[in-house]
Amino acid sequence: MAFDKNSNGFTFGFATVLVVVVGTLLAVTYMGLKPAYDENVRREKMQNILGAMGVEVDRDAAPTRYQELVKSAFLVDANGKPVDGDGFALDVLKQYKAWKAGEIEAGDMVYPVYEADKEGTKLYVLPVVGTGLWGPIWGYLSVEDDGRTVHGSLFDHKGETPGLGAEIATPMFEDQFPDKTITEADGTYTGIKVYKGGSQTTDPHGVDGISGGTITSDGVDEMLQRTLAVYVDFFQSRNGTNSYSQR
Amino acid sequence: MSTDTATPAAPKEGLFSKKNRKLITDPLDDNNPITVQVLGICSALAITVKIENALVMSISVLFVLVFGNMAVSALRNLIPSRIRIIAQLVIAAGLVTLVDILLKAYVYDVSKQVGVYVGLIITNCIIMGRFEAYAMGNKVLPSAMDGIGNTLGYAWILVVVAFFRELFGSGTLMGFRVIPESLYSTEGGFYFNNNMMILPPMALVLVGIIIWVQRSRNTKLLEEG
Repeated sequence: MAFDKNSNGFTFGFATVLVVVVGTLLAVTYMGLKPAYDENVRREKMQNILGAMGVEVDRDAAPTRYQELVKSAFLVDANGKPVDGDGFALDVLKQYKAWKAGEIEAGDMVYPVYEADKEGTKLYVLPVVGTGLWGPIWGYLSVEDDGRTVHGSLFDHKGETPGLGAEIATPMFEDQFPDKTITEADGTYTGIKVYKGGSQTTDPHGVDGISGGTITSDGVDEMLQRTLAVYVDFFQSRNGTNSYSQR
Repeated sequence: MSTDTATPAAPKEGLFSKKNRKLITDPLDDNNPITVQVLGICSALAITVKIENALVMSISVLFVLVFGNMAVSALRNLIPSRIRIIAQLVIAAGLVTLVDILLKAYVYDVSKQVGVYVGLIITNCIIMGRFEAYAMGNKVLPSAMDGIGNTLGYAWILVVVAFFRELFGSGTLMGFRVIPESLYSTEGGFYFNNNMMILPPMALVLVGIIIWVQRSRNTKLLEEG
């Protein structure tokens, strides 16, 4: 070999070329496949929204079912007043992170509402997002037309501990939500509490937390309390004006 | 620093010569990466809850190991020895990221389940072990064969472990129900799934049983004394 492959110059040169070649290859592949990936994410979101209404559907069949059931997706502001915008397109997790990082004010946040019709039952699907132990947690809650009775729920997480915090994404936890209410009968806001170490499942506004998943359970409690307060405003102003129906 | 002395160049060596066949067959039994070399145990414990996951993991490892072995082997006379581990790592990491992107785009559900572990292929000892021990000193084609052989050796252990874990842990095989639902205690029967099987420690026990069976059959593996 005419050159010394162990010289400093060649070592640096080799490292640079290798990294550039590998990096370019990955970047090109990623850009090429991003549309397929985005489509998967979109379908999963539809699947989750349907799941929160108690409609189990295959990911491939999700867009069709979603079209059938979900009538509209709109946004409400922090006071529960409908505002312009596409509810489905909003990335609530991104908005939540921006709020946490202090980039936007709580008053400037917007909240999606999915209005759906499940075999004659009118449902509102509300996304919630918060923080668990290891990373973000999120979910969808479907609420009936009375604006206070929960119809179903679905939770998911990025990386909670399997067997502990990750249990929020199992039916054991999710199935506690149907028929809970987020306000008193007179309209006073209660939200849904996640109890620690309690068998207080008789509470119409509370569910049992996950043993060993306290921080995740607290995260669920916090995200429900914070987000449902906004949606209750929406339901109550809706009853007053009915302005939502034009959207 | 010639590495070619490791394999004396046999002129006109057939693709399926005895030596090359051994590259494929050795890792299946005598030199199995999991049960004999004890490499790649972590992933064997983590993803063997379902046969499908085991297969996807194996295919991903096959891709990374075969192409990685070929790339390392092709560059073996260029890679400066001082940064050879880093160079190998870049090649492994690049291929793993590629696999991750492909899984996300084409088999999203599987990617959600095995996604975490696919990233861990980078640290799967089989990859770096074969790069360093074989591909750095051998030609491209034998390196590819070595990659195939070692992945097959890895894959069959994974599938066997996953077979028992899925059957007894979930009552299904490849997602199809094998143990009738009517036998379950919740449906009025007597049968319970063994939840222990779902947890990683049982994979270790199963791997241990495989090693036991293998050693009782294959006397070459027994230590002296």
